[in-house]
Amino acid sequence: MLLNEWLNTPAGSKTESGYPFAFLDQGAKKEIRRSILKAVAIPGYQVPYGSREMPIARGWGTGGIQITLSLIKQDDILKVIDQGCDGSVNAVNIKKFIQAVARVALTNDTVEATVIQTRHRIPEETMTSEQILVLQVPYPEALREVEASEAETRRMHAEADYSRMWLHLYEDIVNYGEITISYRYPVTINKRYIMDPSPIPRWDVPKLHMAETLFLFGAGREKRIYAIPPHTPVEPLEFEDHPFRVEDFSGKSCQRCGATDTFLDEVIDNEAGGRTYCCSDSGYCDKRSAIWNR
Amino acid sequence: MEPLIRVRGLSKRFGKGCEQCLNCTGPLYDTNLCPHCGSVVACNDVSFDLFRNEALGIVGESGSGKSTLVRLLNFEWEASGGTVELHRSALADTLPELFAEQSLYSRNLLGLTSFQKRQIRNALIGIVYQNPFLGLRMNISSGGNIAERLLGAGWRNIARMRERAAELLDKTEIPVERMDEPPRNFSGGMQQRVQIAKALSNNPLILFLDEVTTGLDLSVQARVLDLIRTLRSEYKLSLLVVSHDLGVINLLCQRTMVMKHGQVVEAGLTDQILQDPQHGYTQLLVASQL
Amino acid sequence: MITVENLSKEFTLHILESKKIQACRDVSFTVPKGGFLGLSGASGAGKSTVLKCIYRTYLPSSGAVWYESGAHGRINLAALSDREILDLRTREIGYVAQFLKVVPRISALDVVMEPILARNGVSRDEARRRGMELLERLQIPKHLFDAYPATFSGGEQQRINIAHAVSWRPRLLLLDEPTASLDRGSVAVVMDLLKELRQQGTTMIGIFHDTRLMNSVTDAVLPLC
Repeated sequence: MLLNEWLNTPAGSKTESGYPFAFLDQGAKKEIRRSILKAVAIPGYQVPYGSREMPIARGWGTGGIQITLSLIKQDDILKVIDQGCDGSVNAVNIKKFIQAVARVALTNDTVEATVIQTRHRIPEETMTSEQILVLQVPYPEALREVEASEAETRRMHAEADYSRMWLHLYEDIVNYGEITISYRYPVTINKRYIMDPSPIPRWDVPKLHMAETLFLFGAGREKRIYAIPPHTPVEPLEFEDHPFRVEDFSGKSCQRCGATDTFLDEVIDNEAGGRTYCCSDSGYCDKRSAIWNR
Repeated sequence: MEPLIRVRGLSKRFGKGCEQCLNCTGPLYDTNLCPHCGSVVACNDVSFDLFRNEALGIVGESGSGKSTLVRLLNFEWEASGGTVELHRSALADTLPELFAEQSLYSRNLLGLTSFQKRQIRNALIGIVYQNPFLGLRMNISSGGNIAERLLGAGWRNIARMRERAAELLDKTEIPVERMDEPPRNFSGGMQQRVQIAKALSNNPLILFLDEVTTGLDLSVQARVLDLIRTLRSEYKLSLLVVSHDLGVINLLCQRTMVMKHGQVVEAGLTDQILQDPQHGYTQLLVASQL
Repeated sequence: MITVENLSKEFTLHILESKKIQACRDVSFTVPKGGFLGLSGASGAGKSTVLKCIYRTYLPSSGAVWYESGAHGRINLAALSDREILDLRTREIGYVAQFLKVVPRISALDVVMEPILARNGVSRDEARRRGMELLERLQIPKHLFDAYPATFSGGEQQRINIAHAVSWRPRLLLLDEPTASLDRGSVAVVMDLLKELRQQGTTMIGIFHDTRLMNSVTDAVLPLC
């Protein structure tokens, strides 16, 4: 059967023999689950794993998908967002694929979901201990900015030899007056490893600290899995006299729902020539709009 | 007074090595190359003591093993054999696990993990190389180069680090206004002085100086050497000065070791080595001085 | 205070096919505390050699040098370790060579101040005052105090050399032709200085090219051959 036909088979039908539940075979699922367990046991440590061939290309979320497929159960409710948006092409395609191979229900509501897969954003509504957030990671190595060699970065992590990363931040402050990193802001996790929280904006970094939820990070192309278990300290790298700060949206609000406390996307009106702002988290924005009757 | 560092039987071999290596190389055989297995014996059974607040010179020509010795003591390379022990007073607070009860000296530092070696290096040692490209990051500001050691030691306040960097640059006679420029823009003498500032940033007990003035203009050399002398007496440092220039050794060091083909052929007071050299090679060196 | 017993020094020149040169042979003498011994003899007789063997710049080939140290009692200088010799050179034994060892970027005043600061535990101002006093006595012109001795005349350099050696009042002072490059007036000043040191208890052994001068200042003269 062609994949197209299989995708169009209505929900509830039996899965075609030859394709296991959630697409991955048992061996793959076990390996990924073991890697996840190891990652959870050593917060921030990048666990290498055998990244399987996926029906989409590398660089489009295969790492996140493999984690989701290894964990998902038929009674899970799945939400997939891309830059905060449920309706983006990539999010929709991934949702449809996972639904086809695992027959799970889908939702746009953060509160309702049990598993949320995301690219580059963490939902505004705080998640619970019953939920899992799976993040898609392009570059798992936080130190790549200062060191090109994989062997060397592994040694630096092993020996907690992070002075060069700190030096990079010092130089930023000397040259520009502040740390210029906007996404992929390096954090120290569990007071031991320096970790890349994936390309989420600074706004989302504080959500990782001492959270209730399990955060899992999958990099398919780079073949690494890492994790932040619940109640783990996650501290952005900062200096006493140059503390970490998030994006400043003062004076701005969402054009759709009026929120002043969410991460906003800037929208440029090409015709009228103006600039407006919209919540990046579209699901949350929809909810708020409904409440505020806008 | 007991020595600060005790080095016994330090050896470094490049190559697969065999039992004969140490016995078939050295000044008596006039070679570093083992005839049996082809390994290069860079350091062969080197032993010496370094005391607090003294400058020990190491003189030798290319291939003598003097620079290798410094790299081994700086934990850059793995030694093939020997022991290096530190006095309790230097390290018992930072790494108490290295000292057996009542023992004056640590265990062999060469057997430690890289993590422990790095801790020792950060706490106690500074090094200045002949080639500033080895000791500095050329695309980082000079202040940043100094700050790197502080950051490694856990400093997290930019203003305080810059204050300390400015202090050190001032001490090494570099205009503080140039703190944010990369050393790539500086002259050779200034680059050496940035290295010295960087080496001193963590208040080391020991400073390794590997041919630091070789290749510099005379007036620059005088300035750098004068600076080293002043800093040594001010901070009561122990210096290990490697040079092939007897004049530099004479200026800085009260005791000297002469190395040839990886071994120490003579050691003694600097004025005695220069005026009454005992070993044939030392006599040759002294006679060859301009 | 110091007794030299059968001191011999032979040089083996390996680069000249192990040619041997006898610098001095079987030298013995005693100098009481506060005494001043002169060494005389033809050029090459071994006078400098004896001084250098005592100071340990040369390693004696055989014999002993018994010295009454203030800190350690009666010790044989020929048998001490490097560190012990360095300690004595810092605290008890001084040496005036024929020429000043010029250190770049150190002014004349700094040269004289350095030994005072290093040993006598006085403040920088006090050391400076003493240093200036000493240089004045030795007739070094004031405008040269902050200049670098490398370009001074031989006589001026040597006077600074002597100031450097006497500024810290050693127990034993070895002098190797200290007045060779000085004019009569300077010689007189230097001799006065040395007399003062002797009165304060310094023992001395010296070589002078001017036999009359040597005879006039020393208590005894040992001829070497």
